Amino acid sequence: MKKGTLRFEKKQTVSLRRKILNPVVFILLGFVFSSIFIIANGFQPIPVFAKMISYSLLNTKGLIGSINAALPLMFCGLSVAIAFKMNLNNIGAEGQFAMGAIFGGAFALYGPSLSAPLSSVVMFFLCALGGCLWALLAAALKAFWKVNETIVTLMLNYIALLFLDYLCYGPWMAPKQTTAMTVKIPESLFLPVINGTSSGLILAILVAVLLYLFLKYTAAGYQISVIKNSLSTAEYAGIPVKKFILIVLALSGALAGIAGFVQVTGIVHRVQAQLPGGSGYTGIVIAYLSQCNPLAIILVSVLFGALQNSSSVVQIMGVPSQIVTMLQGTLMISVIAGEFFNRYRIAFYKAERNDYTSERNDDNQEPKKRNDDNQESKKGAVQ
Amino acid sequence: MIPFITSICAAAIVYAVSILYAAIGEIFSQRAGIMNLGIEGIMLMGAMTGFVTVYHTENLLFALLSTIIVGLVLGLAFAFLTVTLQADQTVCGMAFLIFCSGLSGFLGKSVTGIASAVKFQQIDIPVLSSIPVIGEIFFQQDFFVYLMYLVIPLSIFYIYKTKAGLMLRALGENPASLDQAGINVFAMRYGYIMFACAMTTISGACISLSYTNFWNEGMTGGKGWIAFSLVAFSRWNPAYAVLGALLFGGISILGMNMQVYLPGIPSQFYGMLPYAATIIALIITTGSFRKKHSEEPAALCQKYDREDR
Repeated sequence: MKKGTLRFEKKQTVSLRRKILNPVVFILLGFVFSSIFIIANGFQPIPVFAKMISYSLLNTKGLIGSINAALPLMFCGLSVAIAFKMNLNNIGAEGQFAMGAIFGGAFALYGPSLSAPLSSVVMFFLCALGGCLWALLAAALKAFWKVNETIVTLMLNYIALLFLDYLCYGPWMAPKQTTAMTVKIPESLFLPVINGTSSGLILAILVAVLLYLFLKYTAAGYQISVIKNSLSTAEYAGIPVKKFILIVLALSGALAGIAGFVQVTGIVHRVQAQLPGGSGYTGIVIAYLSQCNPLAIILVSVLFGALQNSSSVVQIMGVPSQIVTMLQGTLMISVIAGEFFNRYRIAFYKAERNDYTSERNDDNQEPKKRNDDNQESKKGAVQ
Repeated sequence: MIPFITSICAAAIVYAVSILYAAIGEIFSQRAGIMNLGIEGIMLMGAMTGFVTVYHTENLLFALLSTIIVGLVLGLAFAFLTVTLQADQTVCGMAFLIFCSGLSGFLGKSVTGIASAVKFQQIDIPVLSSIPVIGEIFFQQDFFVYLMYLVIPLSIFYIYKTKAGLMLRALGENPASLDQAGINVFAMRYGYIMFACAMTTISGACISLSYTNFWNEGMTGGKGWIAFSLVAFSRWNPAYAVLGALLFGGISILGMNMQVYLPGIPSQFYGMLPYAATIIALIITTGSFRKKHSEEPAALCQKYDREDR
């Protein structure tokens, strides 16, 4: 071989700057990539993106709308993330969301009327319970019989959504309505609105911080990371893995159920068919892009809320609203591809000599040493 | 009663065939050690591509070809991410699911809900179709069903009786040993992933070109997932996949028909049947209470990295 060759080599460590910069660069590349499809569909990508950003992020009204749209996404993101933290794929946030809304909705519409703050608290816990029980179905199958939780949680989505559909078209349907929705819930259950932003945001931030502290500073949080990294080590160390599967998936389901609480009491103020509207799936993308960091999830959710919020404005331009899902997918694929460059570097070899001619500005010293060894051995050979 | 049963059986076959292409494709992919969770989305891309092509050209052959090409391209992308870049297969599959369902909705928006002029028509096989009952069930179907009659024995023969099939099985069990034998593991995986994705898009085309003749966002409605769980259910054997597909087909067609005979139960509950059946089937076939050892390919979902060997 006379020509030089390109090779990938593994990196031992990744600097923090790289960790943050990498997804940002690849998210931008994702936008470039998705432009191809936007052009293919006969639209100009730059005006579309410009309109989306200016509408949903660059003015107060738009930003408030984006944050409100992000609220259920935050909880869904947290829900998926905590399961990911233990290598469990909970893609059932959508169904757990619906179940949470059903449990909470039953109380709001038909439950006893309690005084104002108490009723909200009861509804909150009922929503969490709904999501929790729905996730526990999959968790129990996983823990005791090792049935793949990915498929079970997904199938449960369809069942929960059909059940919600049945309720909203059937017994719960508001009189004199043609669309599948219930009557408004009592006003005492509405989440207070502060400057246009639903106070669900405070709840979301609180939950995210608690989750962050739980994962980072408690023994249970540490045990979860042990289970993720090596199941056999965890079992050897006597960590009750089955119990953790049940607890973590229950927690995950409860968080998705709370997304239902926020959506019903903070935004739509009623229960309706297709209430989750894909939030559960968006939660997967959010959790992945934030690398399961609860605090990052809040921020990334706002960006995705902005995406969803801007779908209405692009529709006015004639662009199908499905552009939002398409963009989400493109961004996720792009960041997955970018992940590779966190783990590997590209090195350029000249085949005849054995030195490395690539630029190395990383903090990893190992290849350099090898290089020196090589040169020494060469010298030895010459002598 | 007999006409009712034959019509249900014939409909069950049509339903089964529409998920079998994807399921058999996924069996090949998983036997090669790659789990593709994005089936549902890729199927939607197939359905959309096929329909848009037919809508503009009114040529079914073009539609089928374009569908297969889209499948191969998606497969190439998936293989690049999972084989070359060694990304996590589960995460990648979910990304493809979201990307493809979004993209199909985005590109197919302009033709949503419009019926196409042509679709795959029923072809009666000359002599066989006149056999009572059996002829009506098996031989008064369309192109996709007859093609499936060929695909089933060929895929079983390929996996269990040929050298290439032996290598495929080894690829999913122990790719390192194949690599040592001088076989290009990466190229093989690329090939099988692309084949699987093309089969999945054919499944999608089945839905938009033969099952119905229109396109709608999210029209597969979970069929991709049923196909996916069929793979574990069939224990990676196409023969069992056929039985499973017929079972699921029967359950969902019965559900739809029962609605007419038992209108007391709301339609949504019949709609839940296939999903509930999938969960139950999954528990029965993959639950760890089974004494028999799992036939799951040992290298499934594991990236193959020469440096880790």
